[in-house]
Amino acid sequence: MTDYDVIVVGGGHNGLVCSAYLAKSGRRVLVLEANDVPGGAASTREFSPGYSVSGCANWLYQLNPDVVKDLGLRLDYAAHDLDTIGLSPDGKHLTISGDVVTSDHLSAEDKAAFGPFQAKMVKFARLLNTAFKRRPPKLVENNIHDRMTLLKLGIDMKLLGKEDMQELLRLALINMYDVMQETFDDELLKSVLALEGVMGSHMGPRSPNTVFGYIYRRLGEVYGFHGPAQVKGGMGVVGTALASAATASGVEVRTGARVASINLKADSAQGVTLTDGTTLTATTVVSNADPKTTFEKLVGFRNIEAGTTRRVSNIRMKGNAAKLHLALDALPDFTGLSGDQLGQRLVIAPSMKYLENAFNHAKYGEFSQAPAMEISIPTVNDPDLAPSGKHVLSATIQFAPYELKAGWNDNKKLFEQICIDVLARYAPDIRSLITVSELLTPADLEAQYNMYGGHWHHGEISLDQIMMMRPFPGATQYATPVDNLYLCGAGAHPGGGVMGLAGRNAAREIIQRGKTA
Amino acid sequence: MAPCHAARCTYAEFNVMKKYDAIVIGAGHNGLTNGAYLAKAGLDVLVVERNAYIGGATVSRELYPDWKYSNCSYVCSLLRPEITRDLELPRHGLQVVPYGGGVTYMENGDHFANYNEHDRQLREISRLSVRDANAYERYEADVMKQTRLIRPFLMRTPPDPTSLKPRDLKELAVLAKAFTEMGETGLADTLRFWTMSIGDYLDEYFETDVLKAHLGGSGIIGTALGVYSPGTAYVLLHHYMGDVDGTVGAWGFARGGMGAVSGALAAAFQGYGGEIRCDANVDQIIVKNGRATGVALKDGTELYADNIVSNLDPKRTFLDIMDAGDLPADVVRKAENFKIRGSSGKLNIALDGLPTFHGMDPKSPLMMGDMHFSDSLERMERAYDDWKDDTWSKDPYLDMLIPSQIDPTMAPPGKHMMTVFVQYAPPKVNGRDWTSEDRDAFGKTVIDSIAKYSPDFKDLILHAEVRTPQDIENEVGLTEGNIFMGELTFDQLLFNRPFPGYAQYRGPVKGMYMCSSGSHPGGGVMAAPGANAAREILMDLKLTNTVPGGYADD
Repeated sequence: MTDYDVIVVGGGHNGLVCSAYLAKSGRRVLVLEANDVPGGAASTREFSPGYSVSGCANWLYQLNPDVVKDLGLRLDYAAHDLDTIGLSPDGKHLTISGDVVTSDHLSAEDKAAFGPFQAKMVKFARLLNTAFKRRPPKLVENNIHDRMTLLKLGIDMKLLGKEDMQELLRLALINMYDVMQETFDDELLKSVLALEGVMGSHMGPRSPNTVFGYIYRRLGEVYGFHGPAQVKGGMGVVGTALASAATASGVEVRTGARVASINLKADSAQGVTLTDGTTLTATTVVSNADPKTTFEKLVGFRNIEAGTTRRVSNIRMKGNAAKLHLALDALPDFTGLSGDQLGQRLVIAPSMKYLENAFNHAKYGEFSQAPAMEISIPTVNDPDLAPSGKHVLSATIQFAPYELKAGWNDNKKLFEQICIDVLARYAPDIRSLITVSELLTPADLEAQYNMYGGHWHHGEISLDQIMMMRPFPGATQYATPVDNLYLCGAGAHPGGGVMGLAGRNAAREIIQRGKTA
Repeated sequence: MAPCHAARCTYAEFNVMKKYDAIVIGAGHNGLTNGAYLAKAGLDVLVVERNAYIGGATVSRELYPDWKYSNCSYVCSLLRPEITRDLELPRHGLQVVPYGGGVTYMENGDHFANYNEHDRQLREISRLSVRDANAYERYEADVMKQTRLIRPFLMRTPPDPTSLKPRDLKELAVLAKAFTEMGETGLADTLRFWTMSIGDYLDEYFETDVLKAHLGGSGIIGTALGVYSPGTAYVLLHHYMGDVDGTVGAWGFARGGMGAVSGALAAAFQGYGGEIRCDANVDQIIVKNGRATGVALKDGTELYADNIVSNLDPKRTFLDIMDAGDLPADVVRKAENFKIRGSSGKLNIALDGLPTFHGMDPKSPLMMGDMHFSDSLERMERAYDDWKDDTWSKDPYLDMLIPSQIDPTMAPPGKHMMTVFVQYAPPKVNGRDWTSEDRDAFGKTVIDSIAKYSPDFKDLILHAEVRTPQDIENEVGLTEGNIFMGELTFDQLLFNRPFPGYAQYRGPVKGMYMCSSGSHPGGGVMAAPGANAAREILMDLKLTNTVPGGYADD
């Protein structure tokens, strides 16, 4: 008798979701998390005593409602359905509230075009959701279950109607720059939307695939979010809530337990060994870690065959997003913004050219000289994140390459200053308010959250790395070439973002296979 | 031998009351091909051409006394062998001589050689990296697998995936069968190949910068994308899927320059009774009661036919020579959104002798191949950044050849003709038209780039024609100077080309068709769009098909 039926390596949100579903099916499940708190990149980070921010993702905006219901998850929101405010250097900002956009610069045509555009993207996201809720079919399909998925997808596509279906086939592979040029006139509006297509990825607005990235983020609207939601206490609360739900289902969650290796016997997974030497056995091992960490570090390339090694090595997952955290003595004054607006999602991406130029640097192992940013001042809605009257600012910065040619050690401070300079253009008093600042590069995020490359999707969500090709053929339905080893994290279908579908789908796959075994 | 003489253009004595069966607008190579197949089926066909000479971008022009420039397209590979054989183009004077190999000169004084002979090539790569030499065999095999998959589809009309018509369902089944036969891994590799960037694809195989740069050039020729932009691996495929005499992927020179291709096509067309009229600039396609009935020329002449075939690019066709009132609103919008941005420039140079290159034996076979001067993918990507910034590349990627070494008809004895294809050059500079100062500066940038590697090049220059996308548009009618008549990205390929719903050569108006490179399978001197369109027209007219199907590769 093994120690457990299932060991889940990594207590990120997908691992916790997966473990809860498996425990509900009657299995004895253990989750092992290296950090001291569960949640992975859904984390709250106290970067200075008394000052906390969400360490990675700032907001929740696409948590799948089925997962919430099935696990009885209860989350306390400090704010929800936040607006997105595109900051303009002249102080005349642009506000997106649900499917309405307002600004002094906008033409009547742009205002009128926005709603239908978003509606179309959400329509496509709904189709994507059909694909995301189920395991992806294999490319060459023999299985009746998967044929049903393909059939359903095909029917849903046809149900889009001829015009929309043609449009989807055209848009699926195109870039945000061209679509924005076709649809809108206002440069700021185009750029704010284009940013959504490139967040977290190694792409610029002109890169093909970025419309797919945009549609991916519209899943939020499909799930009932009309803008990002801010969780009270920071994103780490999502982690602890999921851990509680898992524990309530019977899962044993162990934190501070780092897995050193996944052990194989005759090409079959049979357990893990921790860094403290403890060995634990299980019938099934599920890895919430990204595919590279899983196969290279934990399983070991020596133990799998060369083709799989090559495919894993070829997965592109170099992160490009940095995090900037500031402890502030008081609320900064952003030109043209009221106090209430400071609690919304603020974006610095004044034009698509700006965004494209910011991306150019990343291609050459340089950081952006004028980076784009997504800014949260969570203390506006949730004052407990800092001492009374003080504030914190958490910004996601694009683009900061994982490997800086000039070396991050010597240049981190420089880039941090560049980021603060950009902020200061919109909030002139911010420098005087900063008491503590920290910049986390993708390499730092990698170390923090054990995500290879610091890439929160565990691999680019580009068209050659999604669905039937994610993470690689032979491992696209959560099972891997190693028997009894499964993937349940963002590196599997459908991808990253705090969604919970990868974890759920993986659990279902394991349960399904258990039935037919 | 000017192309127009070979084509017997007719001028004034026109019986303007005569009605033709079909009028083809534009005597580019696809228009001539289309006309030939219609004429072969017995139709009375007229091809009208704006310029004084035929061929469009498939021309040889004497722009400097005694020299012949292939001043647009310059090498031949994609021309469908089915069409070459079927229209008997060699009998009409076409002779394509394969050239072999090439070289990329490096900034450190070395050069990377590309030899035709396989073993010699492996030794050359091993000189830089043994690992890459091994990977090269795998790379060639993998790319060849992709080219073989796609070749059969070049001479087939794309299916409409939104339609339930039996024909479309059948064609979709053909596509699906080809895919499923590859197996899961094979299909995954194919889908990855079609969606990846050539830079990422090459990074997976090789470690040597200059090797990747040499191979990566084919991924950006004529394309408004960089080597690291997704979709450029497909562009590479587009350049590998031709053949010369059955050798897949080979390129060659047409003897007499590329005008020999259009000259042979025109001769075949006229051999079937077709008529060509030059200096005939179409102003409008005449549409009456929702039917195309003829064309009106700018000089006021009207010519009539039941079938009007446009060989112009989709933007020009729908926004220039057709009235918005005659078209559905969605077609006008789609034509406006059709991406056709030029990204290429060209220099055609008459040389007083053969230039020498540092470290290169003048008698080396590499002199007769394609020459490049960008030795890293990074330099090529930075060249693309300049295009995005609305200016020409300061460190451009060049594809340079001296075809007169193999084809003596291009230049007087002992002298030479050099063709230089350049990436990147934008259709407008900083949002405004190119000025002659811009053009001169662009030309100088290119000449300086080559001169860095050749001590005597500049002194040998007798004449240089510098072509920007604007010049290409003005002379040949390719909107924004895009040489492929529309970017080769998947939102504009196959059933999306030129736009979804209009990818089967039929226009939005009864009796109106499209046969240009703006339709499947896209640009390059292929003649496939012209032929495929003819097949559709003959089907609509319920006439026997004269267009061959695709050859199967062995």
